[in-house]
Amino acid sequence: MPYLGSEDVVKELKKALCNPHVQADRLRYRNVIQRVIRMPGVQEYIQQPVLNGLRDKASYVRRVAVLGCAKMHNLHGDSEVDGALVNELYSLLRDQDPIVVVNCLRSLEEILKQEGGVVINKPIAHHLLNRMSKLDQWGQAEVLNFLLRYQPRSEEELFDILNLLDSFLKSSSPGVVMGATKLFLILAKKFPHVQTDVLVRVKGPLLAACSSESRELCFAALCHVRQILHSLPGHFSSHYKKFFCSYSEPHYIKLQKVEVLCELVNDENVQQVLEELRGYCMDVSADFAQAAIFAIGGIAKTYTDQCVQILTELLGLRQEHITTVVVQTFRDLVWLCPQCTEAVCQALPGCEENIQDNEGKQALIWLLGVHGERIPNAPYVLEDFVENVKSETFPAVKMELLAALMRLFLSRPAECQDMLGRLLYYCIEEEKDMAVRDRGLFYYRLLLVGIDEVKKVLCSPKSDPSLGLLEDQTERPVNSWASDFNTLVPVYGKAHWALISKCQKAEHHGPLLPPKTSFATSGHLVSEENKEGVQEPSDSEALMLVPNLQLTAEYFEKTWLSLEVAHQQVLPWQGEVHPDTLQMALQVVNIQTIAMSRAGAQPWKAYLSAQDETGCLFLTELLLEPENSEMQVSVKLSEARTERLHSFFSVLETVIGTIGDIKS
Amino acid sequence: MISQFFILSSKGDPLIYKDFRGDCGGRDIPELFYRKLMGLPGGESPVVMHHDDRHFIHIRHSGLYLVATTSENVSPFSLLELLSRLATLLGDYCGSLSEGTISRNVALVYELLDEVLDYGYVQTTSTEMLRNFIQTEPVVSKPFSLFDLSSVGLFGAETQQSKVAPSSAASRPVLSSRSDQSQKNEVFLDVVERLSVLIASNGSLLKVDVQGEIRLKSFLPNGSEMRIGLTEEFCVGKSELRGYGPGIRVDEVSFHSSVNLDEFESHRILRLQPPQGELTVMRYQLSDDLSSPLPFRLFPTVQWDRGSGRLQIYLKLRCDLPPKSQALNIRLHLPLPRGVVSLSQELSSPDQKAELGEGALRWDLPRVQGGSLLSGLFQMDVPGLQGPASHGSSTSAPPLGLGPASLSFELPRHTCSGLQVRFLRLSFRPCGNANPHKWVRHLSHSDAYVIRI
Repeated sequence: MPYLGSEDVVKELKKALCNPHVQADRLRYRNVIQRVIRMPGVQEYIQQPVLNGLRDKASYVRRVAVLGCAKMHNLHGDSEVDGALVNELYSLLRDQDPIVVVNCLRSLEEILKQEGGVVINKPIAHHLLNRMSKLDQWGQAEVLNFLLRYQPRSEEELFDILNLLDSFLKSSSPGVVMGATKLFLILAKKFPHVQTDVLVRVKGPLLAACSSESRELCFAALCHVRQILHSLPGHFSSHYKKFFCSYSEPHYIKLQKVEVLCELVNDENVQQVLEELRGYCMDVSADFAQAAIFAIGGIAKTYTDQCVQILTELLGLRQEHITTVVVQTFRDLVWLCPQCTEAVCQALPGCEENIQDNEGKQALIWLLGVHGERIPNAPYVLEDFVENVKSETFPAVKMELLAALMRLFLSRPAECQDMLGRLLYYCIEEEKDMAVRDRGLFYYRLLLVGIDEVKKVLCSPKSDPSLGLLEDQTERPVNSWASDFNTLVPVYGKAHWALISKCQKAEHHGPLLPPKTSFATSGHLVSEENKEGVQEPSDSEALMLVPNLQLTAEYFEKTWLSLEVAHQQVLPWQGEVHPDTLQMALQVVNIQTIAMSRAGAQPWKAYLSAQDETGCLFLTELLLEPENSEMQVSVKLSEARTERLHSFFSVLETVIGTIGDIKS
Repeated sequence: MISQFFILSSKGDPLIYKDFRGDCGGRDIPELFYRKLMGLPGGESPVVMHHDDRHFIHIRHSGLYLVATTSENVSPFSLLELLSRLATLLGDYCGSLSEGTISRNVALVYELLDEVLDYGYVQTTSTEMLRNFIQTEPVVSKPFSLFDLSSVGLFGAETQQSKVAPSSAASRPVLSSRSDQSQKNEVFLDVVERLSVLIASNGSLLKVDVQGEIRLKSFLPNGSEMRIGLTEEFCVGKSELRGYGPGIRVDEVSFHSSVNLDEFESHRILRLQPPQGELTVMRYQLSDDLSSPLPFRLFPTVQWDRGSGRLQIYLKLRCDLPPKSQALNIRLHLPLPRGVVSLSQELSSPDQKAELGEGALRWDLPRVQGGSLLSGLFQMDVPGLQGPASHGSSTSAPPLGLGPASLSFELPRHTCSGLQVRFLRLSFRPCGNANPHKWVRHLSHSDAYVIRI
């Protein structure tokens, strides 16, 4: 960043860049291009060295220069694409050096972002495929990704390409193997048998990654295994042992493995998998134990009898955290698989002693209410709950209790009448929670209308097996996720990813929504997170600042001296200024920093400039006298326009207010 | 494409921070990452996290966090691979990877990062190519100290074995100072196997999984060719058969791309020109079908008196290694029911140790000779866990929370698959200096060795 008085530095750099010998020293060339390129003001001097670098003899210089083109383009912002440069880069795809080739692809991709990135036509695609073996693993993975956008013309060509790619499925680098797999899956869209074949071949590398020493790699691989299982449920069934958890693994891997086990279960391995899961249920970590119980519940939809038996045995352990989850699993299971109702009802008596938490109580009460006629002691268990209703803290449990007792009253009126009366009395007269009281009143009035009405309202179906079919994940076609393979989507999970991308979209459109006034008046409402948001309101009809304004220091000085101060105001400021932060924030709203004192200098000064779309220049001086703890802002305009001045000042005030708030 | 790369210490202090693209805000990103990591709910994976439109991908390596941020939907495999490659590379250049070495070699690390990544794109990660560009000399901590011996690492480090290279020998930078002429020509070759085993309570074997690696760390000058001869009976896949014996079979093998396999089919010889630094020459896996017997069997007897809450565990551990081999640093970890208070023990030999901690029994055996049988009798009181009196006073069913037992151990000079390096030959003779030192080592260690009770 150019500090005040850094003119010399800039001059030095200009000199360095003009020197034709700079390229003789490749390291120096690299360093100059890498560092200088972020510095506004010297870009024009860079262009020629970069273009020269493209034709340099040393491959190292060409590598730097090719990426330098992308940097240059991104610095210019929305400047149009230089056709000659793009052509030059396309021709460099035939370069001898493999890294230059890959860098060309990356550079073109960035320069042509607006037009959808680099175009891969037939000659380029085949050229790249032939050069593949010369690249290192990173280059291979990247080129495989670029090849995804190539569409072979004929079936013959397609299979030629697949043959060329074959060797990369055997690569020792998981990145390359997964990249090749994805390319296979995408190219062979119309040939399901080829896709299946590829997925069989990638099984080995994936399983190896799953038991890799690197936990992180293991996790990524497990996520992809789950993705494949969604389409081919039997794919990993014979390797189920690879997904058994070990004691030392971190939690997130264990949970993934349990999910995988749950999905690959079939007739042959169900016994072993359930045995293994049962072991996890007694894990010291309550979270993991509960996840394992839920997993058994998931398997129970297909293998009901075995699972219910295991779950019943778990109840015998009389552990709170286990019992509550088992009862919840029972509740869900009874709803989906009515055939297990009998077994569940036999298992229930006695477990009320070991349930303390809200969710577990609700599940138990629901079960007692709906299937109470088959559980001999149901009324007595509920009676205990009624006795203790005063000390019950969760309204949801009380509501569940009301509903359950009403249902049980229909099937076993004699045993329930008395306590139902007590419960209703309590709910209506003493309960403080309005929802519970309303529900109590509702049941009371329903009872007044007559028993037939009550039956009509309360005797809903007790199970819904069709829901199980709905929930059962039908085998999704491979093509539905092929484009997500080897990306972050499976790692985050599809649902989470949808949420993330939705947030990102909202971020892009969001700033248009808030009314302009709120931004203009209240600077500190804008928190750090939506700092970017400041920019767009200022874009709206009132004021549009031109991005990437180029103003030399000399010109600024001349203009500054020739103009009168149009507006001067003092803003509160605590402590020191961090020039980088301020400059970055100002950059966001398209206010350029011409010069700034070093951090900690006294007095601290900064000169800023901006220009709106009508060509009106806003020149600003910030002056901070530390002892006053305030910042004096003076603005000068090249044209006298008061409302422009006000909107510009409010933008500036917002930024300074925000930065100040972060500090304090 | 990487936007930023940074290294955090285990406590979250940024050691290295590099912004490649200048497209995202401030240096508070590492702090943001650490806050997110610490605030993560238990079951969620920390591997990939996001903030706004920035993804954080990280690996943990020797207690450090190596983090990359990106705003694109990148390939997780490539990026994770790159991070671990960076970890190896930094280790090669700084000697070893740790908080100390990184902070002593900040300039070197930045120089390396400048060469490896440009504008967030990988340029090259080969130690060989990078050597030409790196000017900074690594700062090495202490040449050798007894303290280093206590840590058992790879590459020539075994505490209780004679005739090995000290562990610090391998943890020196590949690019040691140019003035230092006494630099040794050394090469370390390790065959390392990780064993994961699951044994059911009735003693039947449920799962055996061996992950093997041949790792090489070379300090030889460039261009020296090396031939590694493996056991001739080595065969890949179920169908292949070699030699007359049962053969040494593995399920799957993958080689590093620089390995020349011309002589592999005929003589099981790997040829390669190793670059300086660390390299994984070969990886292999083997599951279910192990030719040699398992190293350990455990025979537990549990007496559980519900009435008094007294728990008696008698553990017999048999080591089935050949009599000449031995196992080191054996630790048996047995989770116990909640509320265990006292422990009384009778151990079969004096150098063993057993103690309670974190709701589990830990039984440490410093070394076990092959073919020997060790035993330990443990008695505990579990007052909180009194079952209903209706059951008999002493039942065979173990109480909840007991087991499964897991063993961790190291087996020096032993590979579970039986794979051995027959020879290591160097075609290159350095002038002046003596013959290069070659260290070949075989080691198996437990990844998860679980025995249900």
